[in-house]
Amino acid sequence: MAHQLPELPYGLDALEPHISRQTLEFHHGKHHAAYVTNLNKLIEGGDLEAKSLEEVILAVAGDATKAGVFNNAAQVWNHSFYWQCIKPGGGGAPSGALADKIAADFGSFEAFSEQFKTAGATQFGSGWAWLVLDGGTLKITKTANADLPLAHGQKALLTMDVWEHAYYLDYQNRRPDYMTTYLDKLVNWDFVAANLAAA
Amino acid sequence: MALLSLFRFMRACCLAGLVGLAVFIAGAAPALAAFVLPPLPYPAEALAPSIDATTMTIHHDRHHGAYVANLNARIADHPELEQLSLEDLQGRISRYPAAVRNNGGGHYNHSLFWRVMAPPGQGGTPSPQLQAAITAAFDSPEALQQRFAQAAADRFGSGWAWLIRRPDGSLAITSTANQDNPLMDLPGIERGVPLLGLDVWEHAYYLDYQNRRPDYIAAWWSLVNWNEVNRRFAEGLDASGASKS
Repeated sequence: MAHQLPELPYGLDALEPHISRQTLEFHHGKHHAAYVTNLNKLIEGGDLEAKSLEEVILAVAGDATKAGVFNNAAQVWNHSFYWQCIKPGGGGAPSGALADKIAADFGSFEAFSEQFKTAGATQFGSGWAWLVLDGGTLKITKTANADLPLAHGQKALLTMDVWEHAYYLDYQNRRPDYMTTYLDKLVNWDFVAANLAAA
Repeated sequence: MALLSLFRFMRACCLAGLVGLAVFIAGAAPALAAFVLPPLPYPAEALAPSIDATTMTIHHDRHHGAYVANLNARIADHPELEQLSLEDLQGRISRYPAAVRNNGGGHYNHSLFWRVMAPPGQGGTPSPQLQAAITAAFDSPEALQQRFAQAAADRFGSGWAWLIRRPDGSLAITSTANQDNPLMDLPGIERGVPLLGLDVWEHAYYLDYQNRRPDYIAAWWSLVNWNEVNRRFAEGLDASGASKS
């Protein structure tokens, strides 16, 4: 069964004005779709073809000769996860057990926000900022290009895409503005809380 | 005569005042003007339609400008940077933290990038000497273009494609991640003098081409300033055109 491009969990207009329809059309319909197409081509007819997406990623992580498979598989995973991390009317602070855990592990929600934005701002070039669960503790990490927590034994709870294609049509060079909007207006804390509960 | 003397006196005073002011500014804030953002060597709209004026303005003023400002901000921690040329910095970049590597590389790479492009029809052609080196290394100019385009397309994430002159004088195509470049003394980098560099960070083309990087690469080839590539190849010097104070 070839890997499929998942549908967006909301309409292309749903994140306006924070993320434009045009950005989602390219980001989902072209970038994410190309990773799916490339992955399927690369694994067609081989041992990896029957594996789940996570199994493919773990099978080739760290193998320089399989960088193409890793990059496309990981980017399929990252984008499918990213779409669920944001929603119309999202953002603000979480509540319940997730809020308690963030306060316990970061000191405060404000401290979490600052660390998360710093991770996004200092991921030089293309990559991702993450909230992960690592050995029972919440941590903030950043990864370059396609790299992801799964390849480092961590459980991803939240991600922010800081490849320029995620924000350039709407924010150009102003990555900090995109990150602030992401946290204030877009984060789907229900999804993050469910990820924590399932961990 | 009296008027002329008075004029000369006033001009001398004025010049002395300006020099004094310049010394005062430089003395008061030596780090602020250490590395300088060079102006574009042509109007922002000159590369249209291959690269439009909006992209050029944001790319030069904001992105390149930020690399220069951020590099200058590191001088407080590394005062010897003021004594280094931008080119010499690249060759010893391994001694510095990521902020110097990223911003120093960004300043060098963009300073080169503006100069290896020219408005359509103004870039000239490869010199006979460069043509001979291209034939020796790649068999044909078409093969050079094809391999250069492939290197640019294959760079996953952000980075650059390069035509370099190796230490033995031969030409080669290479590519670097992020703002690294072939002058840097870093592991994994094929070193040589950059003759031609293509920015494949998404900010270089996203407003014009979005996800279609291959279209950007193909259009960009018609902007190559072969006059500058010829000059760099002939001189064997690394002269990016970037300057300090």
